[in-house]
Amino acid sequence: MSLQATTSQTVGPYFRIGMTWLFKDDLTGPGIAGERVVISGKVLDADGHGVSDAVLEFWQANAQGKYAHPDDRPHKSEEPGFTGFGRVPTAEDGNFRFTTIKPGGVPGPDGKFQAPHIVVSVFMRGLLKRLITRIYFPGEPANASDFALNLVDSARRGTLIAKQSAQDNTALEWNVVLQGPAETVFFDC
Amino acid sequence: MAKLAGYRRPYPGTQPDHLHPPYVSSIKRSPSKSLVHLPHTLSEVTGPLFDASLVDVKACDLTRQHKGEPLGERITVSGRVIDENGRPVRNTLIEIWQANAAGRYMHKVDQHNAPLDPNFAGCGRALTDGEGRYKFVTIRPGEYPWRNHYNAWRPAHIHFSLFGPAFATRLVTQMYFPGDPLLPYDPIFNCTSDQKARNRLISVFDWETTVPDESLGYKFDIVLNGRESTPWEE
Repeated sequence: MSLQATTSQTVGPYFRIGMTWLFKDDLTGPGIAGERVVISGKVLDADGHGVSDAVLEFWQANAQGKYAHPDDRPHKSEEPGFTGFGRVPTAEDGNFRFTTIKPGGVPGPDGKFQAPHIVVSVFMRGLLKRLITRIYFPGEPANASDFALNLVDSARRGTLIAKQSAQDNTALEWNVVLQGPAETVFFDC
Repeated sequence: MAKLAGYRRPYPGTQPDHLHPPYVSSIKRSPSKSLVHLPHTLSEVTGPLFDASLVDVKACDLTRQHKGEPLGERITVSGRVIDENGRPVRNTLIEIWQANAAGRYMHKVDQHNAPLDPNFAGCGRALTDGEGRYKFVTIRPGEYPWRNHYNAWRPAHIHFSLFGPAFATRLVTQMYFPGDPLLPYDPIFNCTSDQKARNRLISVFDWETTVPDESLGYKFDIVLNGRESTPWEE
């Protein structure tokens, strides 16, 4: 019999003590290729109140679609300085914001490329285990054939696609709605 | 293109549901719709890796981060991080945080009427070694009250955060202490239906790592999701 993975527990209200040292709200850097984007949003609870004590983690490929990880196919070289990892807490009003580059497409299980996306873990007091979701990009033709988006009921797919900001065309908006009619799609993975 | 081996899914009952009403904060913060099952892709079988340059070797001793010695009972907490296939998880980042000996966190939100200790911040980090081993020196955390229900007290615990080799192996958990009388009453500890899974969150007193005239030792092994065997090439 194989071993069983350790049970998850909540991060609780005081995660900043242990996690602040690795907060990173800018994944770009000098010489990092790709289109800069600022993604901001809000984490909202069942009553529509902003969640002031959540922490989000992001993982993404670089602009060429390469993850900084040995399991990614070796014929693409990594980009020094780009780790693809970010971690941001929410503010008092539930807002968060980070700067990154739009990732390239990465291989999907059906032999096609997945549309550019960022995978996200959401932790907070009240969550006994993390929530997993994805951020996709608006106006991206590859979204229509994306493997993960196509697993989702079409009426809810929009919760995974960031919206262009009305004020700033390099800024995107994407919210995490924990519960309710506009609930964000969360993945079991 | 080669098919990717994914990571194992949890055994039934060994992981909590998002909604666990006895833990009141879960009621307004848990999703009401079913999760969408996502087979693992390259995005989930990769994940952030952290190297030794990021982690100060002194960060694993929470008793030596300040000018003076913290108050409380000095302990060592050590163990191994392995995967469900029994393989060591090497060079993986562990972050811990905890209350001080009086049951107070050094955090502005914690207003519990217990003293802060200027010599104890309550955070540590380490990378596992080539055998998946880790070790922290710290202070035994105190129990503390919280507002979940009448006369609610959290059992003594240390928060653990681990990354493992992939996005799919990310784990945040809590380690408890053997014989804590609060464990049967704690809705967070009891969120998982499988009793054996719950009990694996309780560290074990350990003579081997108990240092004479210095500190008691507690062992806490952590198991991360294991990889499925590699499928055939397409």
